[in-house]
Amino acid sequence: MKVGLDVGSTTIKCVVLDDADNIIYSTYERHFSHILEKSEELLRRVAERYVPGGQAELAISGSAGMGMAESVEVPFVQEVFATRVAANRLAAGTDCIIELGGEDAKILFLTGGTEVRMNGSCAGGTGAFIDQMATLLKMSADDMDAAAQKAEKTYTIASRCGVFAKSDVQPLINQGAKAEDISASIYQAVVNQTIAGLAQGRPIQGNVLYLGGPLTFSKCLRDSFDRTLGVTGTCPENSLLFVAMGAAFYSDQVFDLEEVADRLQHRGASETYRSQPALFKDQEEYEAFRARHAKAAVPRVPFGADYAAPVHIGIDSGSTTVKMAVIDEEARLLFTDYRPNLGNPVPLIREVLQTLYDQHPALHVASVTTTGYGEDLAKNAFHADYGVVETVAHFTAARHFLPNVDFIIDIGGQDMKCFKIEDGAISNIFLNEACSSGCGSFLQTFAQALGYDVKEFAKLGLFADRPVDLGSRCTVFMNSSVKQAQKDGATIENISAGLSISVVKNAIYKVIRAASPEELGRNIVVQGGTFYNEAVLRAFEKEMGVEVIRPDIAGLMGAYGAALYGMGRAAHGQTSTLLDRDALANFRQETRSEVCGRCGNNCQLTINTFADGGTFISGNRCDRPVTGREDTGERNLYAYKRKLILSYKPVPGKRGKIGLPLCLNFWELLPFWHTFFTKLGFAVYHSPFSSRDLYLKGQGTIPSDTACFPAKLAHGHIHFLSKLGLDAIFYPCMTYNIDEGLGQNNYNCPVVAYYPEVIAGNCPEIKDTKFIYDYVGIHRPKDFNKKIFAILRRYFPDISKKEIQQAADAAYAEYANHMALIRKEGARIIDQARAEGRRIIVLAGRPYHVDPEVNHGIDTLITRFGAAVVTEDSISDRVEKFPTTVLNQWTYHSRLYAAAKYCCSQPDMDLVHLVSFGCGVDAITSDETREILQAGGKLYTQLKIDEITNLGAVRIRLRSLFAALDEQDEKNAREV
Amino acid sequence: MELNYPVFTEDMKKTHTILIPNMAPVQFRILAAAMEHKGYKVELLGNCGSQVSELGLKYVHNDTCYPALLVIGQFLDALNSGRYDLDHTALIITQTGGGCRASNYIFLLRKALEKAGYGQIPVLSLNFSGLEKGNSLPMDLTFMRMALAAIYYGDLLVTLKAQTAPYETHPGDALALQEKWLDDICGWVREGRGFSQHEMKTAMPQIAAEFAAIPVHRVPKVKVGVVGEIYVKYSPLGNNDLEEFLATQDCEVNLPGLMGFVQYCAYNPGETARLYGGSFLEKHVSDLILGYIGTMEKVIIKALKDNGYHAPLPFSELTKLTEGLISKGDKMGEGWLLTAEMAELIRAGYENIICAQPFGCLPNHICGKGMINKLRELYPEANITPIDYDPSATRVNQENRIKLMLAVGRERLAERTAPAPAEERTAAERKTAAPAKAARAAVL
Repeated sequence: MKVGLDVGSTTIKCVVLDDADNIIYSTYERHFSHILEKSEELLRRVAERYVPGGQAELAISGSAGMGMAESVEVPFVQEVFATRVAANRLAAGTDCIIELGGEDAKILFLTGGTEVRMNGSCAGGTGAFIDQMATLLKMSADDMDAAAQKAEKTYTIASRCGVFAKSDVQPLINQGAKAEDISASIYQAVVNQTIAGLAQGRPIQGNVLYLGGPLTFSKCLRDSFDRTLGVTGTCPENSLLFVAMGAAFYSDQVFDLEEVADRLQHRGASETYRSQPALFKDQEEYEAFRARHAKAAVPRVPFGADYAAPVHIGIDSGSTTVKMAVIDEEARLLFTDYRPNLGNPVPLIREVLQTLYDQHPALHVASVTTTGYGEDLAKNAFHADYGVVETVAHFTAARHFLPNVDFIIDIGGQDMKCFKIEDGAISNIFLNEACSSGCGSFLQTFAQALGYDVKEFAKLGLFADRPVDLGSRCTVFMNSSVKQAQKDGATIENISAGLSISVVKNAIYKVIRAASPEELGRNIVVQGGTFYNEAVLRAFEKEMGVEVIRPDIAGLMGAYGAALYGMGRAAHGQTSTLLDRDALANFRQETRSEVCGRCGNNCQLTINTFADGGTFISGNRCDRPVTGREDTGERNLYAYKRKLILSYKPVPGKRGKIGLPLCLNFWELLPFWHTFFTKLGFAVYHSPFSSRDLYLKGQGTIPSDTACFPAKLAHGHIHFLSKLGLDAIFYPCMTYNIDEGLGQNNYNCPVVAYYPEVIAGNCPEIKDTKFIYDYVGIHRPKDFNKKIFAILRRYFPDISKKEIQQAADAAYAEYANHMALIRKEGARIIDQARAEGRRIIVLAGRPYHVDPEVNHGIDTLITRFGAAVVTEDSISDRVEKFPTTVLNQWTYHSRLYAAAKYCCSQPDMDLVHLVSFGCGVDAITSDETREILQAGGKLYTQLKIDEITNLGAVRIRLRSLFAALDEQDEKNAREV
Repeated sequence: MELNYPVFTEDMKKTHTILIPNMAPVQFRILAAAMEHKGYKVELLGNCGSQVSELGLKYVHNDTCYPALLVIGQFLDALNSGRYDLDHTALIITQTGGGCRASNYIFLLRKALEKAGYGQIPVLSLNFSGLEKGNSLPMDLTFMRMALAAIYYGDLLVTLKAQTAPYETHPGDALALQEKWLDDICGWVREGRGFSQHEMKTAMPQIAAEFAAIPVHRVPKVKVGVVGEIYVKYSPLGNNDLEEFLATQDCEVNLPGLMGFVQYCAYNPGETARLYGGSFLEKHVSDLILGYIGTMEKVIIKALKDNGYHAPLPFSELTKLTEGLISKGDKMGEGWLLTAEMAELIRAGYENIICAQPFGCLPNHICGKGMINKLRELYPEANITPIDYDPSATRVNQENRIKLMLAVGRERLAERTAPAPAEERTAAERKTAAPAKAARAAVL
């Protein structure tokens, strides 16, 4: 007899085969991370009931089975390999297998050169990801599948990793998008992720086999794969058991199963993981800690049925919860409410407001202020008086609590906000980037995965003796670390404590980037629901070595702050514009979505219509669907740059057609190369601005899923050009960029410099086209002529030296002219903004950040806030070369430092740094830019962007920046 | 912004101990001896453990590449240990001067030192690009010759051990012999001996012969090549003891030598001048250095071959392997060398390759992961797995992917050494097919 055990990341599978390889017994169960116990129990069960004498050939497979197999000296079969063994036996004629597990995604090519591929350590989310999303939608996985089949359309959800996708999904929920559509979009995201991450240019075709839990259970997911790949795949019988069967087929060593179970039990008793000190020494220390924090309480007054004095209401419609606070004119609390956001916050808010009206017949609402993710929606739906960006709401609350507060850290459900306060104004804001959303929902997800309620789970950690050391990175990595710790014998208590500590480390080292408590200040207020968790609170104090203040309403500070904000703004005796009793009773909300279609962006609009005929539109990148007017872009240098690029059109020529991909450095060099080749007699075509569709068409050939998004887009551009019937595509490698004299060298970054090599190596589309990707240096104009002549002669033998000379002269002149135009228009925008008294934002990125698909409309968003937008390269020539504390060797980044330096000399100019996720260079430049700006008394704002299309976090950041700037200005005005 | 940092002055040579990060343990030990001969007091760092990367995370931007986090973390951990007199300690760090982030490590280190309260500690740059003038290790001709010899001796010892240990009859023989020779060579170098052409010509064959005399039992084993970003490729701290893990998996490992990287660095200025223009000197200075190294190269290759060992290709041959794959203009990070090394390994029978890089390593998007497709087209037998290293990428995750690569490698080995593919046979057949079984047992 043969036994195969497959211990995966979320489930455990076992098959027992008789000597003719028939299945006698099989099982598929969730193990809730009790890996050792479950394996042990399963082996005993199998030994007792199905294996007479308890002796059988045994092999173990699965991602969680690896270390375990070795420790009990049972042969281990790598799971992808096991799948192949099983497929060769059970499903002959298969060309390709797609297997999704709890955390792994695999593609196996069986015919035409066997290849097995597995997701790298980054693209984590598959089964676990679907589970997380289902949790977010308050559905079971089955419900989600059923819902998805009724979808009418799909939204774009980032397919890179679970955390990104989450930040796409949450706003969709908050904006009232239909669960059916979101569900289908989630499955499509999984499909895109699998293909983008694993196909790497190899076509998936022929007989495709679908294996593993998610593909077995979700018809919709299989359909999405079929549709996207253009195949009809099959999900075979026993699709969950292929790995276990492969292991069984491969086993050839006989074991006594009971004995193996004993060994597992023994192993469970040993603890071999890396640990850190306990949170509390003893009960006494804990009591003292509790007593200290109990002192931080807000005064409360009774809220009787006959209460008639004016009240101020704050509504914080957050990512996972809705919070409300009602205060009297002395800022004392009358009423609070805190409830999970069940997808749509509007009915919840209505219910609470209704209750307030019902229970307090004489209620006099003086003001209502909304804040949080759902600020706009709630404000519009209920006619609130004010909306306030959440950072300001939190600061308002904290300041009320501790007037001399100099640092606030707020960890909420999905985001983390930290601000440094100097001289009573926000001087620095840190928000978690989309990548490190390890916050409240992170703990909740883990608690649920381990089968606990989050409160109960957190308590477990308080007295853990040896908390697991889990590091401080993203959720996806954390999953595998937790699994590993469990295999190494860590108890739930120690894991709980470890997770709480990791939330804190993430906040301190990744978000705030502090090395010591002195950097944070002495008067720290911690808030946000996550700090109710005493383990997190304690871990924070221990890690930083300071005692902090946690208000008793830590989770309501946003709502409380909003109410305070309204109280401060309201005129004496004012009555709120809030819907009155009747209007609220008749309140209705209808949600529909449509494609805007007013311009090429084709934004997916979500339109909420309320009973009084009012509408609220979200999902728009510009104001056109709201105001009906087109954005002129007159205050936006990004828009001007795009206009310049679009002016380069093909002119028919004697030498045929040549194509230039509008990606990476071509965003700056298009004028150069377009002119150069036009002069040489080519009709020069370039690919269009990037779009989602263009990206998806190229995603199958991306070899490295951790490269930056602008680089990945190059594949789509090449795909586009390959369809134009061109004579050649020109995309040169360029180690060096133009030397503008601002740095110690003039390199391009490695990706910009050599991405054409990746295209040449991975894009089958160019096989039939002349793809010219030679190494070219335009930084040495004299040599350029000679070198480019030699290169082009190989492809076009009739080109003469003289033609090259003339074309090069024209190209250099055009490039100079292009840069001059940008600087001139930049100066004009600055002058106009000054005349109109507007703020000037230097949106500093790289040339390719002008691409609307890369910046997701951030430039337009800033102008919608009333500011003017200029680029880093329009002002970088206004300063002389200056010393930096890093090696200043990349042309694009030299401009960034120069722009930052220049900003410091301009009171009305502030810099916002655009950073592409995965840009390694920016790990160095962002700290340097921050230091330059801080030395000049300026705020540093960084926006990290990726495939992610949601602007929610960006909006909060920008509004916080503007609020902080306003506050500084007001303060300066007071002092004058 | 300008940081005022202390400079390593000539008189510090006598008073200060220079700490060296341990990238390639064998080669760096001999290099350290060479520095001692020049009158420096040095110490090669061996400290490791979780606090190293934690200190790195604390003091360096978390998105910076893993080697920077580790090297800086290792320095800080050493300085925190209390073992060093902080007023008489200096640090040394390499700087290639290329277009990748690595040229910035020294600046990140200085920032971190400042932040951690070690602003007084001078940092030396070890580079051949003329960076950090006045604050770099002086490169006189003797020292350069010694350094080159040190690297070659190290490469030789690493190669010999790698090709002997997996087959030795008495486990530990090869390691012991490597240790013995390391001590001897370091002794010579400290006394200023052993680095002339003549001496190497005598010593290298003798070393190789002694390794060849170790009793071995040569059976077919899976041959694995390791390429990658230079730090994680060599440093056990960076690659979670990759060599040791592979040793437990019963395979032979080929870690292409450190000299390849030196030759690559020497080659690039000439190539740059050829591609973009430059003076006659710029075009030909590379040839001069490469010519000198070439004569030493002949010695090591001959020593290996004469004693029945596989020897790497001469650099001049290696450069040709980029043909049809990547241009030699790709010179950031490990650039074209990495691709060429993969081609060389495949051709030499080490077709199972681990391409190791820090998570998000920029140059490797191109010359590593970006070239795998082309390599497979050219060499269908290539079995390459890219592995990312990162402070919180788990070891299990990495080892699982390596095991997948090894499983495929073993299967192919079994196909080659037995008539039919292993998995097609019945259990009964399998148990009698001895060679296949040996290979199969390795799979499991």
